[in-house]
Amino acid sequence: MMENVVIRTVSRLAVPFIQIFALYVIVHGASGAGGGFQGGVVFAASFILMIIAFGMANVRRRIDNRGIMWLSVIGISIYAGIGFLALLMAGNFLEYAAIEAALGIPHLHGILIDLVEAGIGIAVMAAMVSIIYDIAGNGEESS
Amino acid sequence: MIWELDFALLVFMIICAVAAITVKDLLHATIVLAAYSLIMTVLWAEMNAVDVAFTEATVGAGITTVLFIAAIARTRRSSSD
Repeated sequence: MMENVVIRTVSRLAVPFIQIFALYVIVHGASGAGGGFQGGVVFAASFILMIIAFGMANVRRRIDNRGIMWLSVIGISIYAGIGFLALLMAGNFLEYAAIEAALGIPHLHGILIDLVEAGIGIAVMAAMVSIIYDIAGNGEESS
Repeated sequence: MIWELDFALLVFMIICAVAAITVKDLLHATIVLAAYSLIMTVLWAEMNAVDVAFTEATVGAGITTVLFIAAIARTRRSSSD
């Protein structure tokens, strides 16, 4: 499949648009359809398209298992960090109003919701790409 | 809510669901399951559950189909079936 110029050119054009759409879904999730999970899955779908078009080895060279692990940890840390920050500010878990009241910044909860959605999106994207690597890969660099 | 459209979609969805567990070839079953997921997406969107429709479209029709095909590619066809 590596020599098919049509598949490679079309995916080279389509992958940035899929990723921009995934970021739009993540950011737009608070006010409309979508959210962190859906955006993360769409982002992982762009990696699947890259794997189909350019082969597993090329994609693994760009983002390997260690990078996937770090992305997963960073996403979960953003989500849990903001959640426990609300606990520190004498609120419930993920109670944005407590952080907003404690810091005194108006409309902070919108930014916090977007940050939490971004964390969920990063974690879901990393988990999906990890599953794809393990199932679709042929066993190389399995750590 | 147009009940004729609902009825047609539900009938086609049941046909797809029955076909997905009755066809012999695993690849055919995967593609029929993707079609079932797509009809389910239209039904969710038609019932104003856009968020669920989005999840069904991305996970049901997108990721699971790829995962199933990748898993089937690693299996070996049995000669007795």
